[in-house]
Amino acid sequence: MKTAGMSFECETGNYHTFCPISCVAWLYQKIEDSFFLVVGTKTCGYFLQNALGVTIFAEPRYAMAELEEGDISAQLNDQKELEKICLQIKNNRSPSVIVWIGTCTTEIVKMDLEGIAPKVEKQIGIPIVVARANGLDYAFTQGEDTVLAAMVHRCPEYDSLIEEEKSQQSEIHTNSKNKSTSHQLVLFGSLPSNVASELNLELKRQSISVSGWLPSQKYNELPKLGYKVYVCGVNPFLSRTATTLMRRRKCQLIGAPFPIGPDGHMLGLRKFVRFLIKTNGLKERENQLWKNVEDYTRIINGKSIFFMGDNLLEISLARFLIRCGMIVYEIGIPYMDRRYQAAELLLLQSTCKEMNSPLPRIVEKPDNYGQVQRIQELKPHLAITGMAHANPLEARDIDTKWSVEFTFAQIHGFSNVRAILELVTRPLRRSKGNLNLVFPSLSKQTKI
Amino acid sequence: MKLAYWMYAGPAHIGTLRVASSFRNVHAIMHAPLGDDYFNVMRSMLERERDFTPVTASVVDRHVLSRGSRDKVVSNISRKGEEQRPDLIVLTPTCTSSILQEDLQNFVDRASLSSQADVILADVNHYRVNELQASDKTLDQIVRYYVEKARKEGLFKRSLTAIPSANIIGILTLGFHNQHDCRELKRLFRELGILINLIIPEGEFLKNIKNLPRAWFNAVPYREIGLMSATFLEKEYGMPYLSLAPIGISNTADFITQVEKLLNLWARVILGKSFQFALYIENQTKFVSQAAWFSKSIDCQNLAGKEAVVFGDATHAASITKILAGEMGIHVSCSGTYCKHDVERFNEQVQGLCDEVLITENHTKVGDTIARIEPSAIFGTQMERHIGKRIDIPCGVISSPVHIQNFPPGYRPFLGYEGTNQISDLIYNSFNLGMEDHLLDVFGGHDTKGISTKSLSKNEEGIILWVPEAESESRRIPGFVRGKIKRNTEIFAKQNNILEITVDVMYAAKERLNR
Ligand code: SF4
Repeated sequence: MKTAGMSFECETGNYHTFCPISCVAWLYQKIEDSFFLVVGTKTCGYFLQNALGVTIFAEPRYAMAELEEGDISAQLNDQKELEKICLQIKNNRSPSVIVWIGTCTTEIVKMDLEGIAPKVEKQIGIPIVVARANGLDYAFTQGEDTVLAAMVHRCPEYDSLIEEEKSQQSEIHTNSKNKSTSHQLVLFGSLPSNVASELNLELKRQSISVSGWLPSQKYNELPKLGYKVYVCGVNPFLSRTATTLMRRRKCQLIGAPFPIGPDGHMLGLRKFVRFLIKTNGLKERENQLWKNVEDYTRIINGKSIFFMGDNLLEISLARFLIRCGMIVYEIGIPYMDRRYQAAELLLLQSTCKEMNSPLPRIVEKPDNYGQVQRIQELKPHLAITGMAHANPLEARDIDTKWSVEFTFAQIHGFSNVRAILELVTRPLRRSKGNLNLVFPSLSKQTKI
Repeated sequence: MKLAYWMYAGPAHIGTLRVASSFRNVHAIMHAPLGDDYFNVMRSMLERERDFTPVTASVVDRHVLSRGSRDKVVSNISRKGEEQRPDLIVLTPTCTSSILQEDLQNFVDRASLSSQADVILADVNHYRVNELQASDKTLDQIVRYYVEKARKEGLFKRSLTAIPSANIIGILTLGFHNQHDCRELKRLFRELGILINLIIPEGEFLKNIKNLPRAWFNAVPYREIGLMSATFLEKEYGMPYLSLAPIGISNTADFITQVEKLLNLWARVILGKSFQFALYIENQTKFVSQAAWFSKSIDCQNLAGKEAVVFGDATHAASITKILAGEMGIHVSCSGTYCKHDVERFNEQVQGLCDEVLITENHTKVGDTIARIEPSAIFGTQMERHIGKRIDIPCGVISSPVHIQNFPPGYRPFLGYEGTNQISDLIYNSFNLGMEDHLLDVFGGHDTKGISTKSLSKNEEGIILWVPEAESESRRIPGFVRGKIKRNTEIFAKQNNILEITVDVMYAAKERLNR
């Protein structure tokens, strides 16, 4: 492993994060003709309804199939029950695909969702994709990973022979010099569509055309996959999807840092370029971007930061912030796939070297209690943390930034660099006035 | 299985956690998968809690599934005991533990051998009870545990306090305006010359539970939580209780009259005198509360006969129905609750005050009813507020489920005399705004409509054109920022003498101007 010299620690896993079923929140919006059905209990429903806040009132395209006592004791027939519910959904919403999200309960009672799905699919005539995004196995954003991995199987086949023939013919017809058509590049990861089109455009400037995205805007537009198709992830939490793409669809994975921050984005582009075609003007662009955000980087330069860890974006964000001049004390992260994130880790390492900054501790499955102790000792300028800890830390005079915002804000690509810094600097820009000098701590507890 | 989008009452463990974390120095350990500690987020965000919520999870993962969770639970309990030295650790089962069917009681027994803290298992079944029932149950369980313990240790205090006193049972975290209500109730009792003996669970230490029977009576302001403990104390120790919410003028008067009765049971014996609160009630009603005067004033005349729909938990829905129909002359077309377990009592209370009664946990039924009736105002939960938004009917929020807006820093009780003022405001504003909107519509509407989407498309310097791709691209931008981004793009184009906006220009502009 080339990431030698980096130390990875693993703690108790007693940390706070969102349940992975939360991925329905952004995926139903991304895949416009989908419907997400979470097969679980009141606990899951309560979480969704509270975590998703106001979207719940907007007739969202997701719902619970709420399991009752009869379902648990297997008095009721799962297939019949699900069929009934899916018919209801079909009649009310007529989606092009229904995604079943398996939960802890379906795991424990061993409900055979994968087995039932094809039968119900046949009955109601709508494709059913099954993803097991439960809290027993995964954290927060990994939910998207399980859904996308399941969708990989539904993508049409890319047959290189036929396609090449076709494109040769069209080249003869149009006499086009555009080399980009000879490469199939599929990007995976759900991004808001304007961010996705910006990345498309950015690549087009380098004469690389993106042949498709997983997920696509519509279920029926899923990209073609197969041997000779290059794939690249845009988010750090998509390791299962990556594996499935390679193993099951024989795609070629381009391992690159993720397009978060100009540094990551730039290197990602370079990587593509090396794989696919030649480059132009990237370094200047990167420099220009750094210049554009100087007002922000000046604020955080030299300040310290602590990632408690809950969404798997931590490595990329830390890497970017180190490049901005911050000192990272600790990177907590729910799960670390060193192979999928290899390029990102390498970039982290080289960034630290370049910036003359110590390598941060990387703590997998962190223990929040221990972390809070460490935060109180280290007194970082900023802690990136979940909402469960944000207010209590603020009350103890530790500035915090709520981590989930990074998942929902647009942070990818060149034009969103400012957005990341906007988030990171907000608590530091906020003037706390005189009150804070008189009452730095507003907590009642003497101990934690 | 049932198809569900929304629920009014949460799962059982939320109720247990609300009770446990309301007591002082109690820690709850959930037996749950990663991600089920969302309670901490709610408490920290909604209540704007400064301190760490004393709830952790003993995480159920694959490993636990194959090996069982005994060792993990036991070690988590003793670890918490050492780290934070709580007086009590409440092991809280979730839907997951309900189906794993492990012998949690056995883990608790083992853990209490080595732990400094007391340890109990919350006796709630996910599939049988909801959040409200579970909180009632857990409170009862904790009260019994400590009363029993004190009795065994011979520390139990049964002598009544010299001055008349009361316990307030059922004030807890994440309750609808609970903190304000509690303050108002304390004030009310103080003015009546009654000492507060204990308030449970909010802010109370467990070691004080042994003093519960020293109060002359118990007050349970919300029927949903605290009734079990009160009946237990009545049965075992003969403590009378009063489970009436002093919400609204007549309810408050009833409440005080009943307090008077309860006090006088002992007052003659102990103090050699009896209490008379009639004068106090009259004075408060006439002059402290504005509600009585308000309902006579011309303003309120305008409301007479207007239609309203009420929906919420049993306590609030019934009380508000009573206020609307009985005190303000408003026509309540439908009154309903999601507290299915308390139907009889609800029916009894709203009888004769409304045209129909709706008992359901299904928000679409509530929505359909509202749409059918088309009232001038709705009084309901956050869900009804959104139903109202969709069909343009104003809504005053009167009950849980809660939302961050229901935790105002300002003083907003629903109980007592100040509560009547607050409720008058709420009701009046809801109707009034509805009227205003209606009038505006009649007279041509707000002339501000459309301003937010106006763009700079046409001006003297020339016309900026959006090429079709860019135009369609711009439609992908989320609605609430679209106008601003389009404007910024055009400003950028103008500055750079660009007359045609392409997708490239859009992103160039975004890079430059986005802040
Ligand atoms: S952790 Fe499991 S039980 Fe809890 S919300 Fe997630 S899927 Fe449902």
